[in-house]
Amino acid sequence: MSQGTNYVLGVYEDEDVLMDAITAVRESGVKIEEVYSPFPVHGIDDVLGYKRSWLSIAAFLFGITGTCLALTMMIGMMGIDWPMIIGGKDYIPIPSFIPVTFEMTVLLASFGMVGTFFVISNLKPWGKPRIYDIRITDDKHVMAIDLDRNDKSEADIKKVLQSSGASEVNNKKFD
Amino acid sequence: MHAESEVRIPLVTGGKTLHDVSEDIAGRVEQKPTVTWMLAMAVSLALLLAGGYAVAITLWDGIGMWGLNKTVGWAWDITNFVWWVGIGHAGTLISAVLLLFRQRWRMSINRASEAMTIFAVICAAMFPVLHMGRPWLGFYWALPLPNTFGSLWVNFNSPLLWDVFAISTYFSVSLVFWYIGLIPDFATIRDRATNKISKAIYGALSFGWTGGAKTWSHYETVSLVLAGLATPLVLSVHTIVSFDFATSVIPGWHTTIFPPYFVAGAIFSGFAMVLTLLLVTRKAYKLEDYITIQHIELMNIIIIVTGSIVGIAYITEFFIAWYSGVEAEQYAFINRATGPYWWAYWSMMTCNVISPQLFWFKKIRTNIAATFVISIIVNIGMWFERFVIIVTSLHRDYLPSSWAMFYPTWYDVGVYVFTFGLFFTAFFLFAKFFPVINMAEVKSIIKATGQKPTKSGN
Repeated sequence: MSQGTNYVLGVYEDEDVLMDAITAVRESGVKIEEVYSPFPVHGIDDVLGYKRSWLSIAAFLFGITGTCLALTMMIGMMGIDWPMIIGGKDYIPIPSFIPVTFEMTVLLASFGMVGTFFVISNLKPWGKPRIYDIRITDDKHVMAIDLDRNDKSEADIKKVLQSSGASEVNNKKFD
Repeated sequence: MHAESEVRIPLVTGGKTLHDVSEDIAGRVEQKPTVTWMLAMAVSLALLLAGGYAVAITLWDGIGMWGLNKTVGWAWDITNFVWWVGIGHAGTLISAVLLLFRQRWRMSINRASEAMTIFAVICAAMFPVLHMGRPWLGFYWALPLPNTFGSLWVNFNSPLLWDVFAISTYFSVSLVFWYIGLIPDFATIRDRATNKISKAIYGALSFGWTGGAKTWSHYETVSLVLAGLATPLVLSVHTIVSFDFATSVIPGWHTTIFPPYFVAGAIFSGFAMVLTLLLVTRKAYKLEDYITIQHIELMNIIIIVTGSIVGIAYITEFFIAWYSGVEAEQYAFINRATGPYWWAYWSMMTCNVISPQLFWFKKIRTNIAATFVISIIVNIGMWFERFVIIVTSLHRDYLPSSWAMFYPTWYDVGVYVFTFGLFFTAFFLFAKFFPVINMAEVKSIIKATGQKPTKSGN
């Protein structure tokens, strides 16, 4: 999705005011592009109408991959490629394989999930973030509204934001 | 919405606002290093250097420089290894297990404890690596490489190999967990930075974080799933470390109680080390409003619980040795308590079983000086525990003609000192350049702790 250039920002001080404001702004027909917060606000994804994150499913799939990979590796090495009897155990001693299988499952699930998170959230060390307001990472919640994607006039949107309890309403332009 | 009962004591005191949190924590990163910090750093670098000499000699001349002999083939190296790994359990326990239990008091202490975990695991890894003698060949010995690389495939029946997988997974998952938590805070420092260099460095470290609701939503899922994965992981690590001993046939090691007993001991020593470090950090950085007496008290309660589990484990071990009717086993335990290493055994008993029981008194567990002293005593005791398990079980071999004592050389001491240097250097660097408290998480509880009246009237 290409990013817009012309924004109106509603700045909020309090997360409870913000939550009510999101509902009010959405009901008035204004499309919110995104809400930025200094900390995770619980329940904000519900009022914004976001779906539950699917990253837990990704973690499960990566984990299963790890399980299969570990078992394939160990059975291949100790059972097929170079079978040896060690400590009177079978060629494929499954109980001995459990610890490594568990560790590989956790390793792949964690790294796979976090890697996916970085990719879908566009997080990378060389990333150039678009900062709407420098106080977002400090103490302000900011509601970003893309003027070009809304039918309402700028004045109307500002009015909606002000009546929703925003402490400031600002304009922000990007090149 | 979140509802909080009125009787709950606030987790952050002093009527802090969100901006105060940024000022108090990020401000520490921005200010110039203090003289105290530089002195502390100088001491740890001196330890690192002095210990580095012992490490260099060990690598150059081999592990014959240590005090090991053919009877006691494992001593300080593995004692220190298990000790450091144990310390490295508190961080992930605090951030993962307490997250799953929704214990919000973890939020002011999880960052520093996770950092401690990571540094402790690095220190622990030094010992098996050095004990390889020729660590540069370690790749062939520890990694699953094809037979054409020299020796055979690694042996997946060996608990030592499980350890390789367990420790490296634990280290990397803890590192990721810690880093995920740091990203939003690095963004705070990036946005506050006034000079170009720190803006560029913290900008890269923050991965271009913006704090959008969609990202936070994924972020919360990632934290929760990582906590769910890290919880069995943290329990598995010391379980597998205990398998190094428990799967052997040495009297004194061959016991099924080891996994839970080691895990409890690890949490016990880990919390003690967290307290030692945090009490100093709290004082130096004036974090009394974030790490309150309540936090200290709660950690001390965990120390009583795990310390009592450890105490019961010691007694159970002794009972089972008698009850099993196995003479070798019985001898191993009687020898621990009354043999030539009786002083180590009784130091362990005093430090680990008696000293934490003092925390039953509220006066003691809410007293900072007492907590600091006991936290150090606990870690001394936990070092002796590993020493007792390892050396006393080995030194009286099956044949009396092979009986021996273990005497550490200066190189044993030096390598241990080296890991202290490494640990404190890393921790002081962390305390200076990284936010020591998770700002984003603490900000999320500022209101919930009843500082300000809220609209819903909580």
